[in-house]
Amino acid sequence: MEVKTEGDNLPTATPVVKDGPSVQIKVLFFAKARDITGLTELSMEVSSGSTTQDCLNELVAKFPSLDEIRHCIVLALNEEYTTESAVVKDKDELAIIPPISGG
Amino acid sequence: MNSEERTLVEILDENKIDLAKYINYVSAPSAGAIATFSGTTRDTFEGKTVVELRYEAYVPMAIRNLKSICHSARSSWDLHSIAVVHRLGTVPVGETSVFIAVSATHRADALDACKFLIDELKASVPIWKKEVYSNGEVWKENTEFLERKSELGKNDGFCRRKVETEAPDRKGCCKAKVKVEEPVHTSSS
Repeated sequence: MEVKTEGDNLPTATPVVKDGPSVQIKVLFFAKARDITGLTELSMEVSSGSTTQDCLNELVAKFPSLDEIRHCIVLALNEEYTTESAVVKDKDELAIIPPISGG
Repeated sequence: MNSEERTLVEILDENKIDLAKYINYVSAPSAGAIATFSGTTRDTFEGKTVVELRYEAYVPMAIRNLKSICHSARSSWDLHSIAVVHRLGTVPVGETSVFIAVSATHRADALDACKFLIDELKASVPIWKKEVYSNGEVWKENTEFLERKSELGKNDGFCRRKVETEAPDRKGCCKAKVKVEEPVHTSSS
């Protein structure tokens, strides 16, 4: 995976990875989020008990350009809108939803 | 056709929307009104010439959301049938990208529910469009979504309920379709 190293763009809230059980989730990128990451989906391992916000922090660390749309995206967990405090479980599907424009 | 309530939600790939099919779907002898909304691709945006629109969706979630919105509409209005269809992929200028048909016994229910459905679709259903100009392209953003964003994900925040308004009870002015001649009684009470 491509890792960008511009230090200025690194998020300040990178989660601390603890030893212990972890869960595997699938992340989906749509529209502008897909353009930014160059990926439609990604498999990600996060520590057990991580919230969707923790996952988003890790994603922004991996793809610093995601930070530019961070304030305007919403998250969906297993096909339903969720909050940033929701805890992800193994095999969950987390979707990054940039501003929608259907119709 | 039986009289049970029917709901049809479809996301189409690269096919023209057959409007008649959805109007037929909601038609029923007991439905005195069919309201439809058709969203079509415009040829200009802020002076720029639009060549085409490209749509994509988080399909399983979009279908779930649309069904939930239809369910919500039924709880607010007395409806017979609902059909909601959205097209994905490239939609050339002038063609329909979204079509909604609602039937009801009376037109007020059909018209109000039809507006509610398109407003909710634009606010919360995960579908995206990229506007392609002769000299560039941009991902569009619905203002309805930006206004609703903070509510999404919270309990019940996904689908806004109908705003209840106090409708004046206007009986007897011009409302009756059947005119009944009644003898005029004058009263001095």
